[in-house]
Amino acid sequence: MADLTTDFLGITSPNPFWLASAPPTDKEYNVRRAFEAGWGGVVWKTLGSEGPPVVNVNGPRYGAVWGADRRLLGLNNIELITDRDLFTNLEEITRVKKDYPDRALIVSLMVPCDEASWKAILPLVEETGADGIELNFGCPHGMAERGMGSAVGQVPEYITMVTEWCKTYYSKPVIVKLTPNITDIRHPARAAHAGKCDAVSLINTINSITSVNLDMLCPEPMIDGKGTHGGYCGPAVKPIALNMVAEIARDPDTRGLPISAIGGVTTWRDAAEFMVMGAGNVQVCTAAMTYGFKVVQEMISGLSQWMDEKGYAATSDFIGKGVPNVTDWQYLNLNYVTKARINQDDCIKCGRCFAACEDTSHQAIAMSDDRTFTVIEEECVACNLCVNVCPVEGCIDMVELDKGAVDPRTGETVGDYANWTTHPNNPSKVAAE
Amino acid sequence: MSNSQTTPGIVPARLPGEQIARNFADLHAPYDAHEARVAADRCYFCHDAPCMTACPTSIDIPLFIRQIATGTPEAAARTIFEQNILGGMCARVCPTETLCEEACVREAAEGKPVEIGRLQRHATDALMARNVHPFTRAEPTGKTVAVVGAGPAGLACAHRLAMKGHDVTLYDMRAKPGGLNEFGIAAYKSTDNFAQAEVDWLLRIGGITLETGKGLGQGLDLNDLQQAFDAVFLGIGLAGVNALRAEGEDMGGVSNAVDFIAELRQSADLTGLPVGRNVVVIGGGMTAVDAAVQSRLLGAETVTIAYRRGQSRMGASTFEQDLAASKGVRIMANVRPVAVHGAGAAAEIELEYTTEEGDRLVGTGETLRLRADQVFKAIGQTLEGAPEGIQIEGGKIKVWDAGRTSLPGVWAGGDCAGGGEDLTVTAVAEGRDAAEDIHKVLMG
Repeated sequence: MADLTTDFLGITSPNPFWLASAPPTDKEYNVRRAFEAGWGGVVWKTLGSEGPPVVNVNGPRYGAVWGADRRLLGLNNIELITDRDLFTNLEEITRVKKDYPDRALIVSLMVPCDEASWKAILPLVEETGADGIELNFGCPHGMAERGMGSAVGQVPEYITMVTEWCKTYYSKPVIVKLTPNITDIRHPARAAHAGKCDAVSLINTINSITSVNLDMLCPEPMIDGKGTHGGYCGPAVKPIALNMVAEIARDPDTRGLPISAIGGVTTWRDAAEFMVMGAGNVQVCTAAMTYGFKVVQEMISGLSQWMDEKGYAATSDFIGKGVPNVTDWQYLNLNYVTKARINQDDCIKCGRCFAACEDTSHQAIAMSDDRTFTVIEEECVACNLCVNVCPVEGCIDMVELDKGAVDPRTGETVGDYANWTTHPNNPSKVAAE
Repeated sequence: MSNSQTTPGIVPARLPGEQIARNFADLHAPYDAHEARVAADRCYFCHDAPCMTACPTSIDIPLFIRQIATGTPEAAARTIFEQNILGGMCARVCPTETLCEEACVREAAEGKPVEIGRLQRHATDALMARNVHPFTRAEPTGKTVAVVGAGPAGLACAHRLAMKGHDVTLYDMRAKPGGLNEFGIAAYKSTDNFAQAEVDWLLRIGGITLETGKGLGQGLDLNDLQQAFDAVFLGIGLAGVNALRAEGEDMGGVSNAVDFIAELRQSADLTGLPVGRNVVVIGGGMTAVDAAVQSRLLGAETVTIAYRRGQSRMGASTFEQDLAASKGVRIMANVRPVAVHGAGAAAEIELEYTTEEGDRLVGTGETLRLRADQVFKAIGQTLEGAPEGIQIEGGKIKVWDAGRTSLPGVWAGGDCAGGGEDLTVTAVAEGRDAAEDIHKVLMG
């Protein structure tokens, strides 16, 4: 059995599955249940400054997007940071960490953007014995209106500044949690790096309106006839998070910066994908909120089986291994030519490939009177749409043309690797060396 | 009364009332909204969908299923009703396993088609529950059409004609409209008096005058109708029943399966309906299965379907055969009736084994006897009371495109007319298409 023990910033946890700072980690009771269920670590729900705690709405705070059979694909929330007293939280954190020394326990923080506020809270956190802190620069709703959360995460200078304060007043690892509600994730990551953070974690939730009530003509979740934007998470956001993780992992300015990946991790496979793209571990929220803490068991067994099958003895064997395979479009091999091939034995004759190709693509699939669907190689640009709309997995595959073969569409011979940078149609092509 | 399943003879109340009520409940319970969405989500929205081609009324099945999936079953119903105004009944009685659901690509892929029939019922129920009629009549044309027979073909024809603005007089021999929807078809497929409710709903289009107790040779004459109306549609069904041609056929206890089914459908209290202890149904079609299954559900101790050819040639679908078997009906194939024995009333039936030589059926000479205090004949219906002078072919009114008969101004459709299977859905298609043709002819 593969060893899932993960070292992240010197913090070891029995597996790379942490619960993200969110409702599931708001108090001792939940966190103990999580640890009993097998979670490797927990990022405690964000604490605010000393004083009267924030308040939450008293109506619905979540909205949802469903797939077939009401499968939850996306969730958004308008919940704020913890609405419990700071010292209650700190006492609970202390107790839990003492009882679970082998698990990672990180404390998420969000206090006003001034040095005094951070200087005040950091020693209190230090006393709890928690393994590190995570700076919540991400929440896009509510707190952002008060100059915190994503309002900080959207200004790289603030990120650097607050990170520096934290590194000054706190001795343990500092993780900066980034908001995806920006145009280029590399800038806030570089800013955190400049502030000497130990790691970044991402993504926080994406600003969203999940649905509109068509009777009330009001966004949902609906509070007394009004709605507001909330943070979107769950399986639907995974592709966005994967890209952002990969962008930071391959950015020369931040290369090697540890990343804790967050965003739609629902199965072991999602976790493996994030880790291959450079994440040292993953944080999970929506999957736990949907199915309960027990889901971690599947994540553990699945990742472990995959590692065994691939011959990875430790998570460090594959973390970041896919990063070199992420490139820019301009470097993709234009002489990699494939054609769709429909496996007639697997085809159930639904005709979706035909409709998709005929109506919306390249008219490269022929349909016979007896509903046999075949690829017209002279037209096929290998777009992959037929593969994606086919309800039968593996029924259509893309077959690579050998080097030297002639592409029936272009009449050109498949040659060696060549990309856009040297393509004759590129006005700014570079001369071939 | 203390009858039981083993009480000899033909007696009512072999089972307690609650048991009978349970037995005759909806064969396929309706979906709730979530079940419908889950079922609808399985549809692949196929291009040029095979299910649609397989439907005799060409309902746009992928479209209506998508309309259910997106939470608008009423819009789905409209899609259905545009093609098939009796979509509610067809959803209940269509042998979908040999039509749309057989063609479903998921049947090919995993042996489990999208449940199109149940989805259709979900949609049509949703709209009918709103107690609205989805169509309105066109401007009056001043044309009149007589529709003879208020079964599926006649109803579909009358509705389409009324929609087009023609004035329709709809006649039926029986006291109630509906034809086989009302008098045929097993009760567990049309519960809660659905057939009448559907007719009432259909007639809300307006422009249709219903006259019951009237049919050809029963107060109506085709020549008169031709004089009085601009066009005539005949949807008179098959009123005759084939004889067994077996000794003792006229004995007490021997009757037509269609009459038994009709009586059952019209019974307000099924515990008052008598049934034999040992029932034998002769035949192999849907009528045979309906009579056999319902006999069992009423409490007959043994029920046997005796079919003269091999089981694979039975007219009843595999689904129907399985249903019969699941209710405890024994299906005997390759036997034909030779004689009914008994002292005045049937007590036994004598069957002869058969073999098929090519397409010819021959008796082997070997016989067996089954206890039978009730024998139902379900060996096919015949055209009865067809008007003089109309061309008949293969025992049915000969029709050309869209139901035109050999007589000018006279159309025919449904079971009485040639072509197509004798199914409700086929009758609807024929009635509808004849109406379109009549409209075209009348409007020049």
